[in-house]
Amino acid sequence: MTTMTVNDAISAALAEEMRLDPTVMIFGEGVATKRHDLLEEFGAARVRNTPLAEGIIAGTAAGAAATGLRPVVDLLFAPFLCYAMDEIVNSAGKLRYISGGQFSFPMVVLAMTGAGWGVGAQHNHNVESWFVHSPGLKIVMPSTPADFKGLMKSAIRDDNPVLVFADIALGYSTGEVPEEADAIPLGKAAVRREGRDVTLVSYAKTVGTCMAAAETLAAAGIDAEVIDLRSLKPLDETAILRSVARTGRLVVVHEASRLCGVGAEVAALVAEKAFASLRAPVLRLTGPDAPAPASFPLEQAFVPQADAVVEAVRSLMDERAIA
Amino acid sequence: MTVLPLDPVQALERMMLIRAYEETLIDLHGRGRAAGTCTSVGQEAPAVGVVSALTADDLILTNHRSAGHLLARGADPGRMLAEVMGKRDGYCGGKSGSLHISAKEFGVVLTSTIVGGELALATGVGLSRRMLDKSGIVACFFGDGAATEGRFQESLNLAAVWKLPILYVCENNQWQAFVHRKETMLADGIVGQAAALGVETAVVDGNDPLAVFDAASAAIDAIRRTGKPFLLEAMTYRLRGHFEPDDQGYVDKAELARWRDRDPILGLRARLEREGRLTAEAEAAMEARVRAAMEAATAFADASPYPGVEVLTTDVYA
Ligand SMILES: Cc1ncc(C[n+]2csc(CCOP(=O)(O)OP(=O)(O)O)c2C)c(N)n1
Ligand SMILES: [Mg+2]
Repeated sequence: MTTMTVNDAISAALAEEMRLDPTVMIFGEGVATKRHDLLEEFGAARVRNTPLAEGIIAGTAAGAAATGLRPVVDLLFAPFLCYAMDEIVNSAGKLRYISGGQFSFPMVVLAMTGAGWGVGAQHNHNVESWFVHSPGLKIVMPSTPADFKGLMKSAIRDDNPVLVFADIALGYSTGEVPEEADAIPLGKAAVRREGRDVTLVSYAKTVGTCMAAAETLAAAGIDAEVIDLRSLKPLDETAILRSVARTGRLVVVHEASRLCGVGAEVAALVAEKAFASLRAPVLRLTGPDAPAPASFPLEQAFVPQADAVVEAVRSLMDERAIA
Repeated sequence: MTVLPLDPVQALERMMLIRAYEETLIDLHGRGRAAGTCTSVGQEAPAVGVVSALTADDLILTNHRSAGHLLARGADPGRMLAEVMGKRDGYCGGKSGSLHISAKEFGVVLTSTIVGGELALATGVGLSRRMLDKSGIVACFFGDGAATEGRFQESLNLAAVWKLPILYVCENNQWQAFVHRKETMLADGIVGQAAALGVETAVVDGNDPLAVFDAASAAIDAIRRTGKPFLLEAMTYRLRGHFEPDDQGYVDKAELARWRDRDPILGLRARLEREGRLTAEAEAAMEARVRAAMEAATAFADASPYPGVEVLTTDVYA
């Protein structure tokens, strides 16, 4: 085990995969400058800075992926994906299907998002559900350095376009990472804490929020289970349903806004497939339908906090069983 | 990897096949048996001229007006018709329809009907040629309208900076759907933009397949020699509407008549007759071959079954 940051875990995954497979390469605005170790080890052909043009960066990745390479592109901040939307959604996501399966698009798109740096709404926007809604793409949003490394490795090996969203606030957070970490399969959630009374489903930094809430709840005799989705697509439906079948209560927590967010999907899934297990209504704690503010107290208020999770769970425990 | 000189008689027959294919489609559409399509009637010369200058290793990216590019490359008109009709034996199993047919076996990769989509993908295909040490170049066909998208500039700039082996072929057909080119750009063509990015360019009469072949061959030589991209702009005209059906009520009659007089097939035919290289018998034989090919293609597409609904969600993921 080594202790490393999320940023270093991403670089470590890249380095290991680039060593294993000569077709893996990375490019983006400032990639060769910022990931200098990769440039040193793999050279300027495989680690490239690009012009400031997200559309062509993503399109180049898609074209290269369809014809023999495994490109990783760093598009920096998630709102910049708007400039690359066509290439990711219409090309990488659809051309396999449209072509009757003639092509595949083994590529990875990296982007940061989330509150923590006060960068404001044009650098911080949790847009992950846009891509969950688009066919042909896979989406991961891990919460620990070990998961970033393991899921990044799987993303690079996967024959489909995978978007890896990194929560800005987690970039410098540290954690234990196994030395020769195995790839962690896409589509598998992690149970961060087992519990009997309520299921807290989350991803990215609000997993930590849920863990903190679970501690507080435990002191009050309420036993919360915390599920870290890690992958948003494929979604680990089994893990969610198995947990809710035991606890009968569900709170979904994420920073992205509520309407048509991942929480809506999780709630609908449980309503469709585990209705009989529910002992209380499903609740969602999410960011508001507002652009993300820069001011520190406003930015904090944007993100669901642990005391709000505690309160939500308490309200469910008081709720009479819905028969 | 030498490319033989273009045999003008063969070029004529290829153009006739493309025209006959699209006329067949128009007819099938009129009888309710195929969806509407974007035809390339009047633009057969850039297709035949450029594609004939490519080798088997070269890759092609194209767009919604792609029938000429595919047929010039040797695609089977029967499988193309089947694709447009949504049949199982189409090149994409009926999932594409007419607008984004690709045929990997012929090196026709990544056809996009998002205007400018192919420009964004071409750089990646060029990059993979470089990184994997492949000898082929990439030919990317697009329209004058696509050149007004920002992607055009982004694509050429990156190709120039990274020295990617891409032949950009703009078929400047004067139309961008229902908008005349003159309404959207002040220059008569797009090469000026490319020159500003450091990309070598040439302009060619896009209704003369032999001139296009020569210009494309020279451009491809330059790409192989320098490793850098090249933009070839073929000046031509869309003789039919944007999409079938289209009554062309918005088209200036005098302009259309002028370009009809310059029909690339009639032009080459007259020239070959004049030069004594095409006898009446040879012409009749060509016409018969093309007719037979289209009859066989139509029969093939007709006989092909529709895909079963079990493929509705296959090939979403690899
Ligand atoms: C991004 C996008 N915008 C608009 C359209 C609708 N559209 C399809 S073809 C076309 C005209 C394109 O003009 P040009 O690039 O000159 O190609 P041409 O059709 O003349 O061959 C338009 C506007 C589209 N398919 N994609
Ligand atoms: Mg046009």
